[in-house]
Amino acid sequence: MAKEKTRLLRGLQKVRTGIEGLDEITNGGLPKGRPTLVCGGAGSGKTLLGMEFLVRGAMQFNEPGVFMSFEESAEELTKNVASLGFDLNRLLASKKLLVDYVHIERSEIEETGEYDLEGLFIRLGNAIDSIGAKRVVLDTIESLFAGLPNPSILRAELRRLFRWLKKKGMTAVITGERGDNALTRHGLEEYVSDCVILLDHRVLNQISTRRLRIVKYRGSTHGTNEFPFLIDERGLAVMPITSLGLKHTVTSQRIPTGIPRLDSMLGEKGYFRGSSILVSGTAGTGKTSIAAHFIDAACRRGERSVFFAFEESPSQIIRNMRSIGIDLQQWVGKGLLKFHADRPTVYGLEAHLASMHKYIDMFKPKVVVVDPVTNLSTVASEADVKSMLIRLLDQMKFSQITALFTTLTAPTSSLELTEVGISSLADTWLLLRDIEIGGERNRGLYILKSRGMAHSNQIREFLLTDKGVDLIDVYVGPSGVLTGSARISQESQERDIESIHQQELERRKMNVETKRKALEAQIASLRAQFQAEEQELKKLTEQEKMRQNGVSKLREKIAGMRKEDSNSERRKR
Amino acid sequence: MKKKAGGGTGKNAKPNADVWELRLYVAGQTPKSLAAFANLKKICEEHLKGRYHIEVVDLLKNPQLASGDQILAIPTLVRKLPAPLKKIIGDLSNTLRVLVGLDVRPKM
Repeated sequence: MAKEKTRLLRGLQKVRTGIEGLDEITNGGLPKGRPTLVCGGAGSGKTLLGMEFLVRGAMQFNEPGVFMSFEESAEELTKNVASLGFDLNRLLASKKLLVDYVHIERSEIEETGEYDLEGLFIRLGNAIDSIGAKRVVLDTIESLFAGLPNPSILRAELRRLFRWLKKKGMTAVITGERGDNALTRHGLEEYVSDCVILLDHRVLNQISTRRLRIVKYRGSTHGTNEFPFLIDERGLAVMPITSLGLKHTVTSQRIPTGIPRLDSMLGEKGYFRGSSILVSGTAGTGKTSIAAHFIDAACRRGERSVFFAFEESPSQIIRNMRSIGIDLQQWVGKGLLKFHADRPTVYGLEAHLASMHKYIDMFKPKVVVVDPVTNLSTVASEADVKSMLIRLLDQMKFSQITALFTTLTAPTSSLELTEVGISSLADTWLLLRDIEIGGERNRGLYILKSRGMAHSNQIREFLLTDKGVDLIDVYVGPSGVLTGSARISQESQERDIESIHQQELERRKMNVETKRKALEAQIASLRAQFQAEEQELKKLTEQEKMRQNGVSKLREKIAGMRKEDSNSERRKR
Repeated sequence: MKKKAGGGTGKNAKPNADVWELRLYVAGQTPKSLAAFANLKKICEEHLKGRYHIEVVDLLKNPQLASGDQILAIPTLVRKLPAPLKKIIGDLSNTLRVLVGLDVRPKM
């Protein structure tokens, strides 16, 4: 991005400083072949900025540099910057760097008439030529005003010096002490006006923050904000993360939450990779446990994760999470998990941000947990915390890091109003809340939002078991939402009612059966009766038949006896 | 370029502690340098006759010598001996201040 810009602005070429973040806010570095004024109060990091400019130039861009020091000797400088990881002696030996200590003792000097600073020019020119320097730092040239009389000559000479440096094509950094009403005590900004960087060291609420601002930069766009910066064992680092903006690419890859039931609430798959997850809730609702599950799941996949703790020490977190069956120690042992615990009040917010940045840059995790972000608001205003989190999130989204933040909501305030107003930054927002019913406090979880995925609208009861977090359905019935023992008793009541119903049904079934049996018996007896009657009837019929048979035989007999004419005749009758 | 260094050596330099060793740093033949040398010569002749030694260093020729005596301003006169080291910058036009600077008691 920065390169494109410089190409567009053909008129001005820039020199990369190599200082983390500074090249971004200047859109490519300091103006090439021109002097840059770096001003600031005592201890604001001017000398360090100058030295890092040279060291990085020599090491990264193969541009040798001359450091002309008016305050500290080469030995002192070497010792001072050794703590920042710069090995000056090696650079000095390899002729990549030259330190010229200019020492003036006011008491030794008497002025007698006109003079000029040709000696300084010659010294500097000699130093530049001897190593083929491209970069020059003058630190702090203003001390000449204390050492040499006749400021009007000095001013004219300094103006000539800066012109001379420009003519030699040196990219120079000139440091100056901050003045009362001006940028520098002796008005150097009048002469060095191509690029002015102001360093500031402010103490607010007993917490100090270093800030850097580009006051002007002729012929170039630049970040105009005050950017916090940090000086630590790796040198100076400016935090210009706002420049990343909303340009990150996203993936639709999903990663599990570590809690199977929560995954299923989030459309069966879990969070999006690279998204930001906000877990908010009142004290003791299990925010850290959700975070630990997430970390545990990430480490199981073999992904690196960082846990930024602002409330508990690492060992405390490990112990506490062991009680719910999550062994974080094993991941620490395998180097997959890093804890970074600090009290928020240790240093300013920006320093926190910077150190988190560096940590993330160094360790390159896939998953980051910040627990809890609200603690940071003890050291800064909410707006500051928010802007810090935006920057942090931007960086993480840019590098596709999934971030989980926990925030503590005050029990009195609305649950959906997180203290630092970061809710709009969250892609997925889990809300943990207490549900107080029947003299019990139970935990409930629901998903307030989850951008870009189908998610459950149900409240779940959140149980911390010795096997981790368990989510179960709450009882939703005519008497409202019930949790905990109320849910259990309600459920058992329901079971009772159910069994009563069941018994009733059984009883009725039996009744009917008996009735059926009785009826069947009745039918059987009737049938038997009927059969008996039928039998009787049959018997009678046969008897009748036999009787009739007997009568006819008798008649024949009688007729035979009577000697009647014939049977046939008799039959005609 | 005129060899000033040779011209400035003191006469009958006695090797005793009383000899003043002076070094004048210049950068080329600028009017200021020439004036400074002329003024210095005059003052020495007047007040330190026979007990001084002037060395003129042209930084254009020997730029590496500038850091040795911590030279910034040109011209600079350095009193090497007698100790302590003293520096006087400028064209030495103000004789009184040169004498004060060199700590030479003017002859009454």
